[in-house]
Amino acid sequence: MTDISAQDTGREAGMGDYFALLKPRVMSLVIFTALVGLLVAPVPVHPYIGFVGILCIAVGAGASGALNMWWDADIDVKMKRTAKRPIPSGRVAPEEALAIGLTLSVFSVVLLALATNFVAAGLLAFTIFFYAVVYSMWLKRSTPQNIVIGGAAGAFPPMVGWAVATGSVSVESALMFALIFMWTPPHFWALALFVKSDYGNAGVPMLTVTHGRRVTRNHILGYTLALVPVALGIAFTSIGGPIYLAVAVVMNAWFLKGAVALWKRDDAASEADNHAVEKRVFRISLYYLFAHFSALLAETALAPWGLGGW
Amino acid sequence: MAIKVEHEIHTRRKGRNLGVGAILAVFIAIVFGLTVVKVIQLGEAGKFERFDHVARPQLVPDAQTGTEDGAQ
Repeated sequence: MTDISAQDTGREAGMGDYFALLKPRVMSLVIFTALVGLLVAPVPVHPYIGFVGILCIAVGAGASGALNMWWDADIDVKMKRTAKRPIPSGRVAPEEALAIGLTLSVFSVVLLALATNFVAAGLLAFTIFFYAVVYSMWLKRSTPQNIVIGGAAGAFPPMVGWAVATGSVSVESALMFALIFMWTPPHFWALALFVKSDYGNAGVPMLTVTHGRRVTRNHILGYTLALVPVALGIAFTSIGGPIYLAVAVVMNAWFLKGAVALWKRDDAASEADNHAVEKRVFRISLYYLFAHFSALLAETALAPWGLGGW
Repeated sequence: MAIKVEHEIHTRRKGRNLGVGAILAVFIAIVFGLTVVKVIQLGEAGKFERFDHVARPQLVPDAQTGTEDGAQ
């Protein structure tokens, strides 16, 4: 045998398969929120240093995605949504994903430390650790609160972006973290209410499976209520302003209205209209986060013309 | 007999090899760019430049007026 390929998968892995390991869709959200965190910070950053900082954060997020795919390969193969991922489909060997994840983790953290500062690099390292170890290896398969606590991993990027510019952590960056942290549960649980998932087959304790859909609806409303003061509170910090406040008031009213409508329904009503409200709340949740971070960016961008901030 | 230069794996993995090459090239460019930016941020080069394996007459202490450190 002259072929050195380790396994016969029918198709050789291309660059696209390795790129898919980095979860590019998650990465796009990470890039956006980290960029906002960096740009709204009060300390100006050289554009090139800022670019490298965001690149390191994106690569670090991708690395944690690869480590997550390596660890979860056994359950990914059991679920329809994830069965076509590079590892369960057999195109990329698990060891390759592990090697790529570890290598990119070290590269991104070291380069971020050299390019910017140790606080940002330390936060990035902790983010990767939190997603790969705390969420993927520990919480995901052991508690229905996996989404809640694991959501912290997705909430760190704006904090890292802020640290790239300032070299520190502040109330503003902590509130941006809290905004994503509190937003994650209602966002994912709204999705879980209308996507026919097979988490149960894979042994992942999702709230909809362990506690039922009624409890999930209650939780969505509870977390949305808790999210409102965090979102509005940012308006009164140094990165907020009237534009952000207006956007936050409108978006929180819209999201809350959706969460109440979702809470009032039962599964029979949901099945009857093909989960129309659940799908709408999920869509609103996407607009919600994008609008809040865009408003923060607008406050900073308009400041030179006297329009941003208080 | 024709000499077969290309192994089958070269064509099969061409895309992957080009991709890895491109990533390495981008990495080098990023580090080079960082170096340029960091050095420029240090400010006036005359304040910290020293002998760099070549003769730099302008840095040689003048024997008449004393050395750079002020010692004769």
